[in-house]
Amino acid sequence: MRLISAFVIGLVFGLGITISGMINPAKVLNFFDIAGTWDPSLAFVMAGALGIALPGYRLAFRRQAPALAPAFQLPDTRVIDRRLVLGSATFGIGWGIAGFCPGGALPALGTGNPSVFLFVAALIGGLLLARGLQARFPARKTA
Amino acid sequence: MATDFTPWASLAGGALIGLAAVLLMALHGRILGATGILGGLLRFDDPADWSLRAAIMAGMAAGPLAWLIFAGELPVIGLPVSNTAVILGGLVVGVGVSYGGGCTSGHGICGIARFSRRSVVATVCFMATAIATVFVIRHLLEFA
Repeated sequence: MRLISAFVIGLVFGLGITISGMINPAKVLNFFDIAGTWDPSLAFVMAGALGIALPGYRLAFRRQAPALAPAFQLPDTRVIDRRLVLGSATFGIGWGIAGFCPGGALPALGTGNPSVFLFVAALIGGLLLARGLQARFPARKTA
Repeated sequence: MATDFTPWASLAGGALIGLAAVLLMALHGRILGATGILGGLLRFDDPADWSLRAAIMAGMAAGPLAWLIFAGELPVIGLPVSNTAVILGGLVVGVGVSYGGGCTSGHGICGIARFSRRSVVATVCFMATAIATVFVIRHLLEFA
C-alpha cells in the first residue's frame, strides 16, 4: 500500500507536468523570455498547483499524523541565509541555461529522450559535487 | 522557438501537481520536491526510505507513458539549446538546488503552500536569475 500509493502520487505528478506543458523545456524557457517569445503558461501551472496545495495542506495538517507514516517530516530551518539565496540564484542560472528543472526532468525521463538523460546525469553529478564540497567545507556556524 | 500559450491545460496540469503534493503530505507526511526525491535516491542507508522514493520516481517517469496511452502520442520535448548547454545547466542546477535546499516543486509549490518564508525567498531568487540568464543568452549574447 505504501509503495503503490507512492507510485500513484508520482504518476499524478508526472501527468501534471506532462499536461501542463512543463515537460517541454522550450515552453519553460519562453516563460523566462519576457522580452522575446514570452509564454506565460508557467504562471498558470503555479496558480493551479497552489490553488490545490494551499487548501489541501491545511486539511492534511488538521490530522496529528499522516495516514501511512508515523509523523510529518517538515524542514525545521527557518533562517534565510546566504546559502539559501546564493544556492537558489545558482539554480535559476542553470534552469535558464538548460530549460529543465528537476521536477520537469524526472517525468521527462519517461519519454526516452536522450537529452533528458544527459541532463539528469549532469544533475546527479552536480548534486554529488555539492555534497562533496559540503562535506569538505562545512558551513560556518553563524549565531 | 515560440510555443503556444496554454492557460487551461497549464492550470489543469498544475492542479494535478498540487494534488500529488497534497496526497504525499496527507499519506506519507513528506514534501513533494524533485530535488529531495532524487537526492535521497543517492543515499543507501535506509532501504524503506529508498524504496518509497524509487516508487515516486518510477511513477513520475510513467507520467508521459500514461499520456501516450490516453492521447496516443508522447509529449513534445522541444530543446532549443545544445547538448553542451543541457550538461552545463544540469551541473549548475544540481549544485544550486543542493545549496538552496530545493527547486520549483519543493520550494515553489510545497514551501509556498505551507507559508515558508525561506521558500518564498528561494522562489523569487531562482525565478529572477532564470529570467536574467535567458535575457543574457537570448538578447545580449544572441544565442538561439
